[in-house]
Amino acid sequence: MDYEELIINMGPQHPSTHGVLYLELKLDGEIVVDCRPNIGYLHRSIEKIAENRTFVQFMPFTDRLDYLASMNNNLGFCLTMEKLLQIEAPARAQYLRVIMAELNRVASHLFAVSTFAQDLGAYATPLFYALRDREKIVQIFDQICGQRLTYNYMRIGGVSADIPVGVDQLIRDFIIYERQMMAEYDDLLTNNVIFRARSKMIGVLSKESAIDHGVTGPNLRASGFKWDLRKDEPYLMYDQFDFNVPVGKNGDSWDRYNVRMLEIMESLKIIEQALNGLPEGDPVAKINKAYRPTGEIYVRTENPRGELGFYVVGDGNPFPYRLKIRAPSFSNLSVLTSLIRGLNISDAVCVLGSLDVVMGEIDR
Amino acid sequence: MIGFVTSYIPLLLKGLAVLGFIALSAMFLIWLERKISAKIQNRLGPMMTGPHGAFQSVADTVKLLLKENIMPTGADTTIWWLAPFFVTVPAVVAFLCMPFGSHFIVHDLNVGILFICSITSISVIGVFMAGWGSNNKYSLLGGMRSAAQIVSYEVPLLLSVLVVIMESGTLSMQGIVRAQELGWFFLKPNVFIAFVIYLISATAETNRVPFDIPEAESELVAGYHTEYSGMKFAMFFVAEYTNLFIVSAVAATLFLGGWLGPFRPSMFWFLLKAYTIIAFLMWIRWTLPRVRMDQMMGFAWKFLVPVSLVNVLVTGWLLVVKG
Repeated sequence: MDYEELIINMGPQHPSTHGVLYLELKLDGEIVVDCRPNIGYLHRSIEKIAENRTFVQFMPFTDRLDYLASMNNNLGFCLTMEKLLQIEAPARAQYLRVIMAELNRVASHLFAVSTFAQDLGAYATPLFYALRDREKIVQIFDQICGQRLTYNYMRIGGVSADIPVGVDQLIRDFIIYERQMMAEYDDLLTNNVIFRARSKMIGVLSKESAIDHGVTGPNLRASGFKWDLRKDEPYLMYDQFDFNVPVGKNGDSWDRYNVRMLEIMESLKIIEQALNGLPEGDPVAKINKAYRPTGEIYVRTENPRGELGFYVVGDGNPFPYRLKIRAPSFSNLSVLTSLIRGLNISDAVCVLGSLDVVMGEIDR
Repeated sequence: MIGFVTSYIPLLLKGLAVLGFIALSAMFLIWLERKISAKIQNRLGPMMTGPHGAFQSVADTVKLLLKENIMPTGADTTIWWLAPFFVTVPAVVAFLCMPFGSHFIVHDLNVGILFICSITSISVIGVFMAGWGSNNKYSLLGGMRSAAQIVSYEVPLLLSVLVVIMESGTLSMQGIVRAQELGWFFLKPNVFIAFVIYLISATAETNRVPFDIPEAESELVAGYHTEYSGMKFAMFFVAEYTNLFIVSAVAATLFLGGWLGPFRPSMFWFLLKAYTIIAFLMWIRWTLPRVRMDQMMGFAWKFLVPVSLVNVLVTGWLLVVKG
C-alpha cells in the first residue's frame, strides 16, 4: 500500500512545547518517524550583548537565560567572575547564595514536574498546586531582592543585600510547609496509576547515550549516572552540607520525574542546614568594582537543569572580550530526536516534558 | 387545516422546551465546570459577571455569537459546515425519551433506551467530519482518534446497558424507572459492576479526562474542533455538555432509579441524580492525567468488554435461577 508521511509543525505556538520550541515532526499514522527541533525563536544575542556591557551590567542578563532559575544563573556568573578576579565572597554571602540557589531549585523543579504532568494531560491541577507552592518562594525572593522572576540578586563578591529581618523564619516555615505538600504531589501524581503507566519505560535514555550527548543534571542522574557538581566538584559551601544525590534506574520519563521530586527534598535539607549555619558578617566583599580582568576562565555550576558553564575572556577592558554560555537545556534537547523516534505522538510530548527544557537558555 | 396546525402546537412547545433546557443546562454546566475546577485548583473561577460569575456563560455566548466565522482555506466546505449540526442535532434528539419526571417526558418510546444509544452514536460521524473537513492535521488526528475511541467504548457501554434491560425486562425509559420502584438497580452487585463500566465508557464517549484523547490539548491543540470559531465552536461546546448531561441522565435513569424519590416533584430527584453524576465526572476530569491511545483501546477491548460480557452472562444466569 502506498502511504505518505504526515509532517506536523508542532510549535512555535503549541500548548506543550514549553515556550517557543518548534518541532518538525514526521509522522507515520501517529508514530513519530523523525523529529527536528528548530530553535532560535527566543534568540536575544545575550552573548553578544555581554561584549558591550561591563561585567556588573551583565548580571541582569543572566536572569533571562533560564528564567525559571535566575538565582542559579546569577550564581554561575558570579562564581566565574570571582575565580577570574580571584575574589573570595564572605562566608555569609556564600551561605545566602546556597539558600537562594536551592530555593530557586525547588521552585524550578516544582514547575518542571507540574508542567510534565500537564503534558500528560492532568489538566492544570498539578500546575496550580505547584504555582501555589512556588508563590511562597517567589514572595520570599520578593522580600529579599524586590523581584519575583528576574532577581539580579547576586553580585561579584557577594550578594546585593542581606536578608531582611523575619525572612529566615519565612524560609523555615516554607520548608515545613513544602515537606507536607510533597505528600500531596505523591497522592496526585507519583502514586497515580495512569501517571505511572504513561511515563514508565517511555523515552529510555541510556547512560552512555546521555554522556555522549552531554546531557547533565536530573536527566543524566535519572539515567543512573551519579554526577552532581555540588558533590563532585563542590563550590560554595556544598561540601559542608549533608545531602544525597538521587539517582534513577532506567532513565525513562518516570525516573526523570522522580529524580526531580527527590531532589526537592534534598534541596530542602540543604536550605535547612544553611539556615542553621548562617554566619554573621557582611553580605558582600569590600572590593574595587572597576573590574578589568585579563585571561580566560570556564566555570560550571549545577543548575536545576544541568551544568551551566560560563566561559569568559577578559582582555583588560571593563567588558568581556568574549562570553560563551554553556546552557544545559541545549544539550538536553539534543537527545529528544533519538528518544522519541518510533514513539506515539502522546509519548513524544511526555518525553519532551520530562526533559524539562527552557527555551530562554537554549536560544540565549 | 386548522386542526392539522393545532395538532402540531403541543409538539412545537415540547421541542422549544427541550431546546431551552439544553441551552440553559449547557450554560449552567459550563459555569459549574469552571467553578468546580477552580475549587479543585485553589482558584476562584469566574467572579466578575453577576454573583459568583453566574452570568459568565451568558457573556461567553454573546461573545461567541458576535465572533467572525473563520473558515480555513482548503477546507471541505460542505462537510465543514455540516459537522457541527451532526454533533449537535443527535444530542438534542436524544431528549425525546428522557424521563424527567413521572409524567414529564416528550414521548415514551417503547424502545427508548435503544433510541438514545443509537441516536447519540451518530455524533461520531460529525466529529469525524469536523476532523476531515478542517484541512488541519491536528483536527484529522483528533477525528481519527475520536472515531476509534467512540466505536470501541460503545461496546462495553451497550453491554452494561443490556444488564439493566435484562433486569427490568423493558426498553422503555419509564418502564425501566418503574421497574426500580422496589429498589434501585445499582444496589444489585451485577448491576453495580455494569454501573461502573457504564460510567467509564460514558467518560470515554463524552471525550472527558482521562479519555480526552481526541482533543488532547497538550498533543493536538484542540483536536477535531481546532479550526472552529464563533457559533460553530459554540455548537460543539454545547453538544459536549449536552452529551455529558445525557450520559449522566441515562446513568441516573438506568441505575439510580431515575425520578424515583421519597417526595414530589419527581423531576427534582431526576435532576439531582443527574447533576451528582456530572459533578463526579467533573471531579475526575480535574484530577487525573490522560491515558494513551493504545492503553485506552487495550483497556476497552481487553478488560471492559470481557468483564461486561461475563457480567451479562452472570445476570442471565441469575435471572434464570431466580426464575
